[in-house]
Amino acid sequence: MDAETPVASPPRRPRVVVDEPARVDRVFDAVTFWSGFSVLVLLSIVGLFLLTSSGDSLGQTGLWTFLTRVEWRTDVQPARIGVLGLLVGTVVVAVIAVVLAVPVGVLAALFITDYSSARLRRVLIGLVDLLAAIPSLLFGVWGFVLLSNQMVPVSRWISDHFGWIPFLATEPNRDLTGSMFIAGVVVGIMVLPIITSVAREVFSQAPPGEKEAALALGSTRWGMIRTVVLPYGKGGIVGGTMLALGRALGETIAVALLLPQVPLVSKNILEYGGATVSGFIATHSGGDPFTVSGLMAAGLVLFIITLGTNMMASVVVSRSRSGVGVEL
Amino acid sequence: MTTITVDRARSNGTHPSPTPRLVELIGGPPPGAAAIEARGACAWFGDRLVLESVDLLMPAGQVTALIGPSGCGKSTFLRLLNRMHELVPGAALDGEVLLDGEDVYRHGRRAQEVRTRIGMVFQKPNPFPAMSIRDNVLSGLKLAQIKCHDKDGLVEQSLERAGLWKEVRDRLHQPGGALSGGQQQRLCIARSLAVHPNVLLMDEPCSALDPTSTRRIEETIGELRHQVTIVIVTHNMQQAQRVSDHCAFFLAEENEPGRVIEHATTTKMFSTPDDRRTLNYVEGRFG
Amino acid sequence: MAGAAGTALCLNWLVFGRLGDGQGWFALLVSTYLTFLACFFIATADRYGRLVATDRTITVVVVSAGGVVLAALASLVIFILVLGLKALRPGFFTSDQTGITPLLPSTEGGGSHAVVGTLEQTALSLVLSLPLSLGAAVFLNESRSRWRRPVRIFVDAMSGLPSIVCGLFIFAVFIQPHAKDAAIFGFNGLMASLSLSLIMIPTITRTVEVVLRLVPDGLREASLALGASRARTVWSVVFPTARTGMTTAIVLGIARCVGETAPLIYTAFGYDLMNANPFNGSQEALPLFVFRNVQKPDQTAIERGFAGALVLMVIVLALFALARYLGRDRTRRAAPSRRWRPRAPRPTQEVRP
Ligand SMILES: Nc1ncnc2c1ncn2[C@@H]1O[C@H](COP(=O)(O)OP(=O)(O)OP(=O)(O)O)[C@@H](O)[C@H]1O
Ligand SMILES: [Mg+2]
Repeated sequence: MDAETPVASPPRRPRVVVDEPARVDRVFDAVTFWSGFSVLVLLSIVGLFLLTSSGDSLGQTGLWTFLTRVEWRTDVQPARIGVLGLLVGTVVVAVIAVVLAVPVGVLAALFITDYSSARLRRVLIGLVDLLAAIPSLLFGVWGFVLLSNQMVPVSRWISDHFGWIPFLATEPNRDLTGSMFIAGVVVGIMVLPIITSVAREVFSQAPPGEKEAALALGSTRWGMIRTVVLPYGKGGIVGGTMLALGRALGETIAVALLLPQVPLVSKNILEYGGATVSGFIATHSGGDPFTVSGLMAAGLVLFIITLGTNMMASVVVSRSRSGVGVEL
Repeated sequence: MTTITVDRARSNGTHPSPTPRLVELIGGPPPGAAAIEARGACAWFGDRLVLESVDLLMPAGQVTALIGPSGCGKSTFLRLLNRMHELVPGAALDGEVLLDGEDVYRHGRRAQEVRTRIGMVFQKPNPFPAMSIRDNVLSGLKLAQIKCHDKDGLVEQSLERAGLWKEVRDRLHQPGGALSGGQQQRLCIARSLAVHPNVLLMDEPCSALDPTSTRRIEETIGELRHQVTIVIVTHNMQQAQRVSDHCAFFLAEENEPGRVIEHATTTKMFSTPDDRRTLNYVEGRFG
Repeated sequence: MAGAAGTALCLNWLVFGRLGDGQGWFALLVSTYLTFLACFFIATADRYGRLVATDRTITVVVVSAGGVVLAALASLVIFILVLGLKALRPGFFTSDQTGITPLLPSTEGGGSHAVVGTLEQTALSLVLSLPLSLGAAVFLNESRSRWRRPVRIFVDAMSGLPSIVCGLFIFAVFIQPHAKDAAIFGFNGLMASLSLSLIMIPTITRTVEVVLRLVPDGLREASLALGASRARTVWSVVFPTARTGMTTAIVLGIARCVGETAPLIYTAFGYDLMNANPFNGSQEALPLFVFRNVQKPDQTAIERGFAGALVLMVIVLALFALARYLGRDRTRRAAPSRRWRPRAPRPTQEVRP
């Protein structure tokens, strides 16, 4: 081939082309830009305001003291407020919720993607979506009025048989309603649809070729799931779990109803007692500026934690093989 | 104001009858076909030069076929002609594209105006799914804000010019997506024709279609010549031979931008091309 | 299978009979289930081998997980239905809590004030947030601005803002500084709508953006190639194509807004009587009505709360059904044909808090 045509000509520089936008496009650009920008401004105002107004109470208390103190007393002078008692409760409830909901949610997602017929699948997907659309308040009243009492024997049974595990012990004659365990169960049921739908999404994207190959090699359905679907959906499971964790950490109304909202580091999760940040804020409405500033600081801490969890969730999901097209 | 002649006998396959019907557009492109010429056209994606110094005249009212192996920049060239190239983020260009002797990239000229005059048909049929067949045909009017007092006439005329009228006349109000792939592609052609463009660019319009639909679209192209300048990209040598008057061979050698190796009348290109690479390509001996 | 279930039940009956204690339903359930699994496994392993037995046992486990999810949903719905119907009378929609004392039966009085409050607050917050979030979603998806990334990051971050903090924010910004001259900046419906908007904006922006992203780029190109401006393209091509998806997203956003309780505690505050003016004075809302009533010590108040919960649930279910109805695949039913056609995009369920 005579491909020796000279390439030595100096690199050409592109021509500057400007399009004269139509007037509607100018308006369009301005309108969309300003709505986008004002959303940005609005949301940063919220963030900044949270920071500055937390400043009052944080300045008086000291950041470290605030983060490590269990008590929350505004009736003494100077007020002694700290977020640790609330944070521990928040995390304990969220972890119980996620630990209970993940296995059930993942298995239910498997049921939807790999064990049900096409028609049943559509119905189930709809029901899971519906479960996700039900306000948390309804879960809260359901747990508060029905589940709370039903769970007492469960708590008792657990403490009788597993009381040797430190945090599962109960003292005799203690009230077993209003415990972090029960709150965790209710929140767990609330986050169930999140885990199920994220896991379902990634499971349904597992490459059909690989699935068929596994089946063709003579493996059972479970074998196929274990070797193809689960490894493929790992990222989605982890991401869905983190997402559910974020939601569980921020859950307000159900825990406000279920827990006494007294900040204590309670060792026994099966007993009456416990508080979470958001639940505590919800049940302490009103109050003087200092209290509000303290609540703001608590809310800020919670926000930072949920933000971190959510960000980790999206990173995990987008890094995983299955997560590329998944919307969180 | 544009006047376009339409003959009803055409779709019967008989010879064009001399009884035209006029559909007027207000605010559309000037009437008739227009020559389009690229001079020293270059295109970049980011820092990568993909098309270098293309000089090509596509005469008015004739069909020019662009051929060449995949990735040599045919689509890029086509999109350069109607200013779609600049929509790609990071894309840049050089050279001139003359439409009726006037540079489409001239400072202060609106891309919108250029695009109204140069219609485009894409590789994959893309009728607007939210619109009926009729609305799809008329979408160009709405989108480019062209007025027409005889919309029904325009719909009929455009669909006839695209060779689709007979098949869809009874279901104009069905969604545009409810057609076969070939019909959808002809609907897209009708949509482009409705605004009476001077030039029609077609990027592998038949690559997703079966032989019958392909044949139908080739007939459509044959019927449209003389009314509008057509530039068509195709990988099908027979198709290029069947439909085109002129032919240009694009080639991008390894690690080099695409260039026009040769352009000539179709007859010459397929019988006695000057360049050996052209001959290899049109005879299917290309590596 | 039935055999295994029977065996398990009998076995447990025996065991529990022997041990003779009342450990409650949970223990019985758990041990029955485990024994059942074991029996089932042993029985199938005996006939078909370990591999098949594992597979089938797992199938049983998976099916029961699906059952648990369904049971949770069913239990919730039935419970609220049963308790709610006890106190729900037509009067619920016509009267408020005027003159209601704990001694009156729960069928007396109603929640019209709460229904009115919820409607007004939801409508107001929709008016406040919809234009902005649609604009922001279009901005994120249809523009080329350098500001898209920061806006997206902020919207993502803010969709994780705990809803109670939104209420607290509005309280601290507007209500608390104006505690003395409370009128428009007091506890009222407008403040509730503001805090609800803070929740709605990121939610709707994100879901609508996803829906817009699903509109094929080919359609935008086709429109531009016809000589359309970008504004026209969005208005006449992108929006109509994404219409069903966008409505679904918005309706789900409304459903979310209707059931949101936490931000109202600090903003609408709650009120037992009718206050139809959302700009002055504390106002009730359905979720607040439920929340406040179920916490009261007297049984009648709890029952009233459940009547409110039932109404709330029906509203949310209706909105959900509406979203489904609007988002259904109409093309599939309209013209049954196997041919390829572009499908209108639909949103995935928004699952962020
Ligand atoms: N959006 C883009 N960004 C970066 N590079 C691009 C883009 N579009 C095309 N290219 C590159 O430009 C070159 C020319 O592409 P073009 O699509 O014009 O080829 P083509 O001749 O139309 O090929 P085909 O026959 O396969 O359609 C290719 O090397 C391609 O990789
Ligand atoms: Mg191409």
